[in-house]
Amino acid sequence: MNFASAFTPEGIRKAWECLLNEFPFAIWETLYSTVLATLFAIVIGLPLGVILVTGEQKGIRPLPSPLMKFLNVLINLLRSVPFIILMVLVIPLTRAIVGTSVGTVASIVPLTVAAFPFIARLVESSLREINPNIIEAAQSMGATPWQIVVKVMLPESVPSLITNFTLAITTIMGYTAMSGAVGGGGLGKLALDYGYRRYMPSILILAVIVLVVITQIMQSFGTWLARKSDRRLKEK
Amino acid sequence: MIELRNLSKLFTTTDGPVDALRHINLTIQNGDIYGIIGMSGAGKSTLVRCINMLERPTEGTVLLDGVDLGTLNKKQIQQVRRRITMIFQSFNLLMQRTCLKNVMLPLLLGGADKSAAEKKAKELLELVGLPDKANSYPAQLSGGQQQRVAIARALTTEPEVLLCDEATSALDPKTTHAILELIRDINKKLGITVIVITHQMSVVQEICNRVAILSEGQVVEEGDVSEVFSNPRANATRNLIYPEMEEGMSLFSGRGQLIRVIFNGAVKEPLLAKMAVECNILASILGASTRSVGDRAYGYMMLDIPGGPEDLARAVNWLKKIPDITVQVEAEYAGKEERA
Repeated sequence: MNFASAFTPEGIRKAWECLLNEFPFAIWETLYSTVLATLFAIVIGLPLGVILVTGEQKGIRPLPSPLMKFLNVLINLLRSVPFIILMVLVIPLTRAIVGTSVGTVASIVPLTVAAFPFIARLVESSLREINPNIIEAAQSMGATPWQIVVKVMLPESVPSLITNFTLAITTIMGYTAMSGAVGGGGLGKLALDYGYRRYMPSILILAVIVLVVITQIMQSFGTWLARKSDRRLKEK
Repeated sequence: MIELRNLSKLFTTTDGPVDALRHINLTIQNGDIYGIIGMSGAGKSTLVRCINMLERPTEGTVLLDGVDLGTLNKKQIQQVRRRITMIFQSFNLLMQRTCLKNVMLPLLLGGADKSAAEKKAKELLELVGLPDKANSYPAQLSGGQQQRVAIARALTTEPEVLLCDEATSALDPKTTHAILELIRDINKKLGITVIVITHQMSVVQEICNRVAILSEGQVVEEGDVSEVFSNPRANATRNLIYPEMEEGMSLFSGRGQLIRVIFNGAVKEPLLAKMAVECNILASILGASTRSVGDRAYGYMMLDIPGGPEDLARAVNWLKKIPDITVQVEAEYAGKEERA
């Protein structure tokens, strides 16, 4: 690929046209699949992460250890399959849920499947940061395991959870770009279609710039929100 | 009333079983401020956690007003924990909640109405002297203030017993004093029984009326604080009350005839001068110290008695006639050691 052609007047003109005509919808598709996949992944991953911490033998509500082992193995398994292969592997599931395996909506299924084990691990690490003395204090007040999770563990780890969810959403957005290779929509598809298949590097570069900008905005917002929500910092 | 009957706790670790508590028998009366003191690793924290069943004892029973806590189910234990509340060395406040919400938490956990909980929490913040900190977060408070909030939180469910697990160990002496005042106040005003776990004798002497000394998982001595201070029988007790005395003993042992004289403030006579005149024994003081417990002064002297065994016997007999004094022979002639 000859990137020098990206900056010829012709290249810039094509990129500009594409920016006006194609990019707004592609950006929308990317955000749509990223946000929805992240939400679904949190819906599955958050409780799973809680169980990973509370269900272990020294946790506040121990579960049978074979079950815990199974969950851990399942998460590790899903985490170790490369996303591009996972997308192909879950095509039957995608068809069963969405009806098709092509398109932006369909890409949400593999994105969710790839992201929920990741989120579960992030939630697990957030919850493990909590001072165990605080949990003991809650137990000494007569809190039930459910109350400890809802009233103590989750509220106490909000800043850490926000930081980790920000990490998750930026990672998932990276995955949406990859899903462009196997029928997903959005900026990734745009970059691959125009930049790679139609040999228009200016659009490839533009798509990358837009992705970088969106990632930056998300990251800055997440960092700001995490810091704002943390009551342990004395100065605000 | 809390009764511990033959309480034992065995921990299974990778290095084998560890006896954290061995056959503990204690009775804590309503209204007591009961001190449980011991060095680190003596089993204090395990003992206090057995009282509210955060640790299940391996053997023996914990009776609260005659009810065996070991026979209760989870739900009943959760109810008991509203009657026996706890404060901690590291305060353990929820850092993401305001002080008011921290204090409200035990009531909300019990399903109380929010506005009623808020009213109660405000009253208690008033009681502990922090009404203006309701909307502050714990990180904005000093250690002493955080412990006050923790105390308020422990009082919301109107408990009968307050467990204090090294509650002042992270605080400076002045703040410690203020927190102990507050605990004493609570004991007097609200009639709450207080159990104080500590490694600091100064805490026991300041607020407790009874004390148990825990050493290697066993109660080696138990009784009224004044009694234990004026006549410490077990070595562990003496180590805790007069740590410098034990040090002095090992320093001077084998160097003559040593006796230990423990007295309380009632002794007004010039003891050594009188002994010199009446028995013609010129004892030298190797070490001495005093402690005040409540309104009385307690102290000890370590004396070197010159001469032979008959002089030692004479000195001991003479001292024993004086009221409010305990005499113990630490080293006899030729450095033979004998410990009481």
